[in-house]
Amino acid sequence: MDRFEWGNGNLLQGETQVKQQHGVRLHDGTDKTAFDRGIITLTSHRLIWTDSVQQTTLVTLPLSLVLYAEEVPAGRGKSPRVAFHLHPAPPNKPPGPVMMSAHSYIQLSFKEGGETEFFRCLSEELSRRRWEYMPTPKAAGKPKAIHAGIVGIERNLEKKWRDTDENISQAFEDLNKLMKKAKEMVDLSRTIANKIKDKQGSITEDETVQFKSYLLSLGIANPVTRETHGTGTKYHEELAKQLSDVLTKPIEESGGMMALSDVYCRINRARGMELLSPDDLVDACRQFEALRLPLRLRVFNSGVMVIELVSKGEEAIIRQTAELLNEKKTLSPDELSQSTGISILLAKGRLLAAEEAGQACRDESVEGIRFFPNLFLNPPTR
Amino acid sequence: MASFQWPWQYEFPPFFTLQPNLETKKKQVAAWCDLVLAYHKHHKIFNLDVKESQSSPLFNNTKIDRKLSTDAIYSILEELRVKGNIEWTDKTRAQCLVMWRTPEEWGNLIYRWASGCGMTNTVCTLYELAHGDDTKREEFFGLDDWLLKRALRTLEKQRKAEIMSFGTSEGVKFF
Repeated sequence: MDRFEWGNGNLLQGETQVKQQHGVRLHDGTDKTAFDRGIITLTSHRLIWTDSVQQTTLVTLPLSLVLYAEEVPAGRGKSPRVAFHLHPAPPNKPPGPVMMSAHSYIQLSFKEGGETEFFRCLSEELSRRRWEYMPTPKAAGKPKAIHAGIVGIERNLEKKWRDTDENISQAFEDLNKLMKKAKEMVDLSRTIANKIKDKQGSITEDETVQFKSYLLSLGIANPVTRETHGTGTKYHEELAKQLSDVLTKPIEESGGMMALSDVYCRINRARGMELLSPDDLVDACRQFEALRLPLRLRVFNSGVMVIELVSKGEEAIIRQTAELLNEKKTLSPDELSQSTGISILLAKGRLLAAEEAGQACRDESVEGIRFFPNLFLNPPTR
Repeated sequence: MASFQWPWQYEFPPFFTLQPNLETKKKQVAAWCDLVLAYHKHHKIFNLDVKESQSSPLFNNTKIDRKLSTDAIYSILEELRVKGNIEWTDKTRAQCLVMWRTPEEWGNLIYRWASGCGMTNTVCTLYELAHGDDTKREEFFGLDDWLLKRALRTLEKQRKAEIMSFGTSEGVKFF
C-alpha cells in the first residue's frame, strides 16, 4: 500500500483512460483499508482510486510498479478481488497515504462486480506497457544527457567511430597472435634444422635427409608477400623468382611438367601462413619467360595450365610422344599416363600437343579417344 | 569386274574421325574426296543419298568397326561441291549428283569418240551413246541420262553438237 501516492485527478501527458469501475475497496495485502466504495480508474499509465463521495480524495499507483496481477475468485462473504504484486517503491517517490507497509501486494475488491472486464483491460495495458513511451516524472530517474545541435551530432559520430575502431582492433588481435605463433614455428623449425646439422653423427643419414625434406616442404623461411614487395608487377616478379627456386626441383622429379593445380597446392603448403591467391600465382607464372627463369607456364588448348621446365621444351616432349606413338602404333591418354607415370590430364595434353604439331591424329569412337601416328602427313611407304 | 581397291587409309581408324588439326584435316579430306570419286567411278554410281551412304561400305568400315559421322560426310561432300564434283538435287541436302568427271570432260570424251569413229554429221540417239554396242568399251558407257545431256549441252555451246528430239526419244548430231 506504500506504493500509492496522492494525486490531483489530472491525467499526465499522453495518458489515456481505459476503464472505470464503481464500488471498489483497496486492501493492503489482505487487510482492509479506509479506501472504501471508491471509483477505480485504469489508465494507460496508472491505477487511480477516487472516493465516490469526496471526489478530491485521490490515490494513484503507477502501472510500472506492477509486477503482475491475478484474479482472486469470490469466497465466503467476500467480493471477487484482483491482486497486484508490486515492485518496491522507488526511493524518490512522492508522498502517499501510507508510509510503510509490510505487504508487497495490494488487492482490489469489487463490490459491484466488473472485476473480470477490469482484469482483462489491466492485463492488456500491462502487456502494452504504454507508460514507457512517456515516462512519468518519478520513473524518469536521473536526467538523461541530451546533446542537442551540431555539437551533439558530432559527439555522437565521434563515439561511433571510437566503437568501430575498438571492434576492428579486437577482431584483428587474434590474427596478430596467430601470426606471432607462425613466426615462432618457423624459428623452431630452423633451430631444429641447425641442431640436426650439429648432431649429424648421432642421427642416421637417412633420418636426417628425411627430416630435412619435411622441413623444406614445410615452409619457406621468408615468403614474398605483398607487404614486403608491394603490389603489381614487382611483386609478381619477385614471386616468380621464388616460385622457380622452389619448384624447379620437384618439377624435374615429376618429369618436367606439373599441373598448375598441383603447383598451387604445393606452393601454398610451403608458404604456410602467407597464402597465395590463384590469380597471383598465375600472374607470377606469366613472368617466368620474361625473367628468363628455367620454368614456363603453358596453356593447353583444353584450358589446362601446366608449369614445365624450359630445358625440357615443348618440342622435346612432342618428339618424345611421337616416338612413343610410332613405337606403340596407337596410344590412349590412359595408356600414355600409365607408361610414363604422368597424370591422365597431362598425358592427354601431351597427345593433343603432338596432334597440334601434326605428329599425331585422333580416332574418336565409342571406346573413347585414341591417338595414332599422323599417317596423313607422313603416309606409309608402300 | 575387278573388286574395288580400297586405299590404305580405309583401314586406318583416325581416317573416320574428322581431324581437328587443319593441316592433317586437309590431307584427310582430300583422301576422302579421292575415295568417294574412285568408289563411284568404279561402281558407276552417279548419285548419293546421304542417309543411305552412312551404311554403305564407302563410309562404314565394318572390319575395323568405324564409320564416318554425318557431319564429317557433309564436310567432305561440301569440299567436293566446291571442287564441282557433286551437286545437291534438293535444298535439304539429302541427295546429290556425283560427277567424277565434269560435264565438259565428259563432252570432250564423247566428242573424241564420235570424231574417232567418223560419226560427225550423223545423228545417234542418246540411248545408243550410253547403252549401245559401239560404246561398250568407252568410259561414258552407262552414263546417267542427266549427265549425258549435260555433257552434250557443253558440246552444243562449243558448236560441236546439236541435241534434237523426235517424239519420245532424243538424239544428237555431231559436227
